[in-house]
Amino acid sequence: MIIKSLDPRITRAGIDDESKDGTQQPLDQWHTYEVFQQKKRGTHHVHVGSLHAPDAELAILFAKEQYARRGQCVNLWVVKTADVFATEYEDEDIFATTPEKKYREPEVYKVMDRIQAFKAKQNS
Amino acid sequence: MELTERHVEGLKELLYKMADDLLILGHRNSEWTGLGPVLEEDIAFSSMAQDKLGQSLALYELLHELGENIPDIVAFTRNDNQFHNCHLVEMPIGEYDFSLARHFFFDHADAIRFAMLENSSFEGISMVSRKFRGEIKYHTMHADVWMKQLSHGTEESKARMQSAINAAFPLALGIFEEGEYEAELKEAGIFEGEAALKNQWLEKVNNELKKHGYTLPDADDVTPALGGRKGFHTEHLQPLLNEMSEVFQIDPGADW
Repeated sequence: MIIKSLDPRITRAGIDDESKDGTQQPLDQWHTYEVFQQKKRGTHHVHVGSLHAPDAELAILFAKEQYARRGQCVNLWVVKTADVFATEYEDEDIFATTPEKKYREPEVYKVMDRIQAFKAKQNS
Repeated sequence: MELTERHVEGLKELLYKMADDLLILGHRNSEWTGLGPVLEEDIAFSSMAQDKLGQSLALYELLHELGENIPDIVAFTRNDNQFHNCHLVEMPIGEYDFSLARHFFFDHADAIRFAMLENSSFEGISMVSRKFRGEIKYHTMHADVWMKQLSHGTEESKARMQSAINAAFPLALGIFEEGEYEAELKEAGIFEGEAALKNQWLEKVNNELKKHGYTLPDADDVTPALGGRKGFHTEHLQPLLNEMSEVFQIDPGADW
């Protein structure tokens, strides 16, 4: 049976609904690439998603339309997913106590009162 | 310089053929949407098809400023003999190799044409040309990358691209069919003309194809597909127009 569709293009294509076309062969399997987008010069590239491509050149070409069609973009990176090394989720506990270590962040230093006192002294 | 009536007619002829090429090819290329070879390429190709519709709209708007009807009416209510597109853009999408060869030939011509028009004395077209420069640059990048990739894919990919190049080339030469007002357009500094465009294009596509081991047929050995610019079309255009305007015709007065 030939597939009849509301979409005239599908009907025109004369596709046999028993057809085995479209089953994937090993050669069809492209790599995946991770895409990083930079919105403004000088800012960090941010991971925006992934895509399939046979090589980096086509990955860049596809990334432009998939991730940078709308909104601002000045630069794109693509990295083969296989080249990304990651921690294991089972080791997630190595990060367990980091949210407690606020004292490592400069904004919580308890020096503001001394700075204010110093400024007051300078101005007097 | 003061534009005479013949200058304005020439300008309209130029804008019509450019806009019609972009509208028809945009529609043709959109026929791949959902049917493209892989998802990522489907998105990119569909996106470029949309770009072409946007570019055609900008040109129909310039025509409207010159006194022609509004873009929707111009796009959806003419018959094939009132269209000025070349035969290349109206041919069915065929296999993907043909669509890519057409994309390569057309978009390089389009890129050069718009680049020439950036310096046009007609401000409307020079502004539109500058606006779309980046968009069109991506289109030619896309076409070039596929030409390159398929040249070193498999023996089949290279052979199929070469035969698609051979099939599309005589059609592509129809892009440069001269109009009635070439001299006027040149004289007024509006457009350097189809002959100048064709020479630049031949050099560009020849160099690009040679890099990847393809052969461009000799332009003197083939018969260019002419007539489109004068409203003579193949049997493929009218069915396309019927399908394209189907929704519009249901209720031409509808407010979108």
